[in-house]
Amino acid sequence: MEQYVHSKWKKLIQPGMVHGSLYYDDEIFKEEVEKIWFRTWVYVGHVSEVPNVNDFVTKSIGPMPVLMVRDRNGEIQLLLNRCPHRGNAVCVQEKGNRARFTCPYHSWTFSNSGELMNYAFPEGYEGTDKSKLGLSKVPRIAIYRGFVFGSMAQEGPTLEEHLGGARRTIDQLCDNSPTGEIEISAGFLRHRTRANWKFILENECDGYHPGFVHSSIFSVSDSAIGSLYGNDAVAVTRSFGNGHTEVDPRPEFRRRGEPLSWFGTTTERLPEYTRQMKEAYGEERAREIMIDGSPHVMIFPNLFIAEIQIFVIQPVSANESIQHSTAIQFKGAPDINRRLRQQTMGSVGPAGFLLADDTEMYERNQRGLEIRDPEYLYLKRGEHRERRDEDGFLIGHSTDDLPSREIWRHYLSIMEAE
Amino acid sequence: MAAEAEVIDGPDILKEWVGKGRVFSKTFNPELYHEVQQFVFREARLQDIHDYDAWEELWSDDAIYWVPANGTDTDPERDMSLIYDNRSRISLRIRQLKTGRRHSQTPPSQLARVVSNFELIESDNNDIKVMCNAQIFETNLRGDTMWASRNEYSLRRINGELKMAYKKVVLINNNKPIYTLSFLV
Repeated sequence: MEQYVHSKWKKLIQPGMVHGSLYYDDEIFKEEVEKIWFRTWVYVGHVSEVPNVNDFVTKSIGPMPVLMVRDRNGEIQLLLNRCPHRGNAVCVQEKGNRARFTCPYHSWTFSNSGELMNYAFPEGYEGTDKSKLGLSKVPRIAIYRGFVFGSMAQEGPTLEEHLGGARRTIDQLCDNSPTGEIEISAGFLRHRTRANWKFILENECDGYHPGFVHSSIFSVSDSAIGSLYGNDAVAVTRSFGNGHTEVDPRPEFRRRGEPLSWFGTTTERLPEYTRQMKEAYGEERAREIMIDGSPHVMIFPNLFIAEIQIFVIQPVSANESIQHSTAIQFKGAPDINRRLRQQTMGSVGPAGFLLADDTEMYERNQRGLEIRDPEYLYLKRGEHRERRDEDGFLIGHSTDDLPSREIWRHYLSIMEAE
Repeated sequence: MAAEAEVIDGPDILKEWVGKGRVFSKTFNPELYHEVQQFVFREARLQDIHDYDAWEELWSDDAIYWVPANGTDTDPERDMSLIYDNRSRISLRIRQLKTGRRHSQTPPSQLARVVSNFELIESDNNDIKVMCNAQIFETNLRGDTMWASRNEYSLRRINGELKMAYKKVVLINNNKPIYTLSFLV
């Protein structure tokens, strides 16, 4: 049996070739839910979304909703919103502030760290051990620099092991804040997408498409994004392993040597932010940070940090996904934060200058797979020019399919495991 | 504008979706009402047929075009909105559509919208403020989509013509995942 399972996945995922059914097959989707979404580390939310004691917000792990709570002791909890009694939701609000959750069906009441506090007419439960009837929790929770991840598996690699080399990109992001902290505080745009989640995942570090999919906006605005993804670009794609990939434009920004060029602006136009950065990091380091800018990294399977915004990819079914997107805010830096929001609102979400068209591509790709010949998608661009960087990570040209190949290599290893 | 007015206030539990109380005019000025309706009907038609230049002409120079997310009276200077365009970004939006390479509008959505339930509301300046509801049927490569919204306008008479200084479109499902919205709403 094991032999058969192995050969099934190896047939579907070959070097530089993946089978179309990986994007539309319902059975494969069900296996992904078990083996990826309910086993590996999945990004859930950011601590700044629940700043106060008793704050809660509804997030998700794969298709499953999760309550992210800051409990009465200030600890972050990931609770499952299902009354252990009959399955009702103990909370139907998207977010709020509450010390306890009461199921509306039979009034079972839980603390915001999940313990069952009481139920109606307790005489009927004589001898029952209440401690076994609390809300279920996501078995493992880990936080890296404010980013909260959950894993539905009791055991497995630690979050730091899972993130591996990609931790550097989260550090790089936080360095761009004068306080070293970011905030997710502007609320999310939710973009319903009739396409498989992996088309979204693969596109995030696809540097081949921007010049074509986004030529409409590049041609009418003075966006400098286009030049990062040209044939002559010096930006690279990189794989950190474990399915994490990035587009790294720092070689281009270092060539320019202009602080805040990554953000299409100058230190003169953001004097307060620049002052704060120099104060926090010293002149030289602040300059380096502001030249390198913020990362463009896809943390497998669902957190995309796109310089100034994050996207959280949520799978709904084989043919449907939700993209949750919002502006990153640098804690304590109001003058840059407004620009971060304004640029994000222009670019992303259902009406965004960029994402409306990316999403159009995802949906057309999905429909395209109804045509069953050829059976495989072709991901060989730049195979001949992959190389290792000084840290041993695989890199390629910014327009190469290297990120997709590396995502699929990791995917194969997860799906083959029993 | 309103000699008599009344505040319409929904129950607290709906505030997030209905918005703050607004003062609706009880007096009826048939000429103004007709003129405002004709303006909004024309705007709707220009949007439906993708007459981008004519639609852009309707805006005043200091215009704001706002489509909030996650509620009605959110703070666009703090919270994410689906669209929060000043006049120059409206213009950029139009220029992108006109390239013919705005893929999500190539081919353009086929649209028919119905605008109704017009009510004039109290204004704290010389602008004419009006609220109405809209339903839009869209069909495109993906399929058919229904949209519904409460719209609010500030209209201003400039050189004898009405212009839009402010348009706010509150999609009824703006707290839910929604499909791509790249036609002019």
